[in-house]
Amino acid sequence: MAERLLTVKDLSTHFFTHAGVVKAVNGVSFTLDRGETIGIVGESGSGKTVAAMSLMRLIPDPPGKVVEGSLMLGEKNLRTIDDDEMRAVRGNDIAMIFQDPMTSLNPVMKVGKQIAEAVMLHQHKGKTEAWQMAADLLARVGIPDADKRINQYPFEFSGGMRQRVMIAMAISCNPDVLIADEPTTALDVTIQAQIIDVVREMQAQFDSGVILITHDLGVIAEISDKVMVMYGGRTVEYGPVDEIFYNAHHPYTWGLLASLPRLDESVKKRLTPILGQPPNLITLPPGCPFTARCPYRRQQCRDNWPDHENVGPDHGVHCWIPVEERLTIRGDLRQFKEPAA
Amino acid sequence: MSLLEVRDLKKHFPIRTGVFKRTTGYVYAVDGVSFTVEKGETMGLVGESGGGKSTVGRTVLRLTEATGGDVSFEDIDVMKASRSQMITLRKDMQIVFQDPYASLNPRMRIRDIVGEGLKIHGIGTEAERKKRVADLLETVGLNSEHAERYPHEFSGGQRQRIGIARALSLNPKLIVLDEPVSALDVSIRAQVLNLLEDLQDEFGLTYLFVSHDLSVVKHISDRVAVMYLGKIVEISDSAVLYDMPQHPYTEALLSAVPIPDPHTERSRRRIVLEGDVPSPANPPSGCVFHPRCPRAHEICTTAMPKLVSTDDAGLRHQMACYFPARFVDGKRVVSDKPYTDALPEPKA
Repeated sequence: MAERLLTVKDLSTHFFTHAGVVKAVNGVSFTLDRGETIGIVGESGSGKTVAAMSLMRLIPDPPGKVVEGSLMLGEKNLRTIDDDEMRAVRGNDIAMIFQDPMTSLNPVMKVGKQIAEAVMLHQHKGKTEAWQMAADLLARVGIPDADKRINQYPFEFSGGMRQRVMIAMAISCNPDVLIADEPTTALDVTIQAQIIDVVREMQAQFDSGVILITHDLGVIAEISDKVMVMYGGRTVEYGPVDEIFYNAHHPYTWGLLASLPRLDESVKKRLTPILGQPPNLITLPPGCPFTARCPYRRQQCRDNWPDHENVGPDHGVHCWIPVEERLTIRGDLRQFKEPAA
Repeated sequence: MSLLEVRDLKKHFPIRTGVFKRTTGYVYAVDGVSFTVEKGETMGLVGESGGGKSTVGRTVLRLTEATGGDVSFEDIDVMKASRSQMITLRKDMQIVFQDPYASLNPRMRIRDIVGEGLKIHGIGTEAERKKRVADLLETVGLNSEHAERYPHEFSGGQRQRIGIARALSLNPKLIVLDEPVSALDVSIRAQVLNLLEDLQDEFGLTYLFVSHDLSVVKHISDRVAVMYLGKIVEISDSAVLYDMPQHPYTEALLSAVPIPDPHTERSRRRIVLEGDVPSPANPPSGCVFHPRCPRAHEICTTAMPKLVSTDDAGLRHQMACYFPARFVDGKRVVSDKPYTDALPEPKA
């Protein structure tokens, strides 16, 4: 069995604002093993980014606070270690690639220095050595003329190239856990394909665990081993990637899959949208956040959050619909009837 | 007669530098684009950023003035229309913008946003306009009571519906949809796409649908034009283009889109293009795609191929490439002999 890198249990992160308490993440649990990629999928406001930021202890406090749960990196408790220890964890053990490569780099600092800074800080290397490492890293993520490029500023790089710089920076200290928050959302598709390849190669080389946050189920299908589907701050379903795509048990997962226009569809079919609007995180019901939009909701849904139910190997779901009934409903849904060839 | 005919459209933005703002170069955003849109159909314009697709949409409506070329709408020359003619024309040609947060004035009530066009064109009395706005809001799936509210009270998907209601208010014939669903979440995106399809059926609308998302464009379009660096490199019926792409850029673009199906994803072969899209201020010589093209030959560096159809593809399918993929008896063939029909006419 692979080494367990990360164990997150019952994580809740709330923001205390004037308008009320924003319950961004509510009792999220997952684990990450070495060499594994877990995809967190959900719409804006579902809590995916806040969950990742909580791991890095990057939630601005106030107004935000991790109110509950345990975050274990191996034997290290990320909730109780002091700030100095946490600073050592960031970059060294857990590194993050942010969504927007345009704003995440310092515009007035040479990219070489931005990478070398992390190396000098975490690996206690001298300046010359750190710069040499920066050049090597840039070459490794596929930037041509790396020796020259380290002396350039971010504005001299294109979007895809900046994202490569971000990846170089993230892998500079050989982290165990790599969090990629929508790493390709701001990029064109042909560039997205390049970046996904780089992430995959880096993972293979360093044998890291990757947490990939995205709203794009296509990207999830491409590189995830496990998937966690989030809605309104809760995990509604999680499991191995094939289970989520071919044996989904939660109405929200069904809805997501049905609402996608697909490139491999030969006949033009009408899309099945999820009706209604995303929930307000301040006025979430105590029960399932999807209740208001769920076509199969019942009495207890709004007021009680269902326990986790195992429906397959490592495949869990939170839903009040009894399992037999769920399978009957799903059997009538189009996207499960006609699997794409 | 086509509803919209675009011939050799060009838009070059001047680059001005220095104290005196001298023009030191041009961004060739749109560089010789021709296509037609038939009444009632959806024409998709697809490509990566910098391809010029949004500029085409805006230039067709004269929201930016073209550098050259002709646009005719129902046989009226849009480029030469006077100010007053343009006002009448705009009733028939409307636009929905990408960003539902930036395209609605935050200080105006929904009633005034949706009813502004009616007011400008002096249609109906105050009471009639109010009724019309209420009807429009219902048509796009909102509530007529929403008319008294302000944009900030709505979510992204609802705001996009307001933008659509505004575009519909004058009963247009053509609507340019500039990335109308790109800013929306997937579940909301499907709602808006379905709404657009319903409205098209109900009012016989014609769409020019601009998007970078190939899955969305495939879903909604009857025909698709693929743009790269200000040029159309391939244009065809939607189904044909996706099943039998001839241009290497179209092939690469299609293969780069991840498909939400793990089994399919594992068995797919992906063409990963190297490098970035070059700057439209300094486009490559010859075929604009040749520096990234896996099939580039010597001839590709000499001149941009013209849009032609190969005999196996039919006239509705055109591409601009010297080494197109051909489909002979259902088999894909790429010859290493250049397809000379694509050679441009020598300049006079």
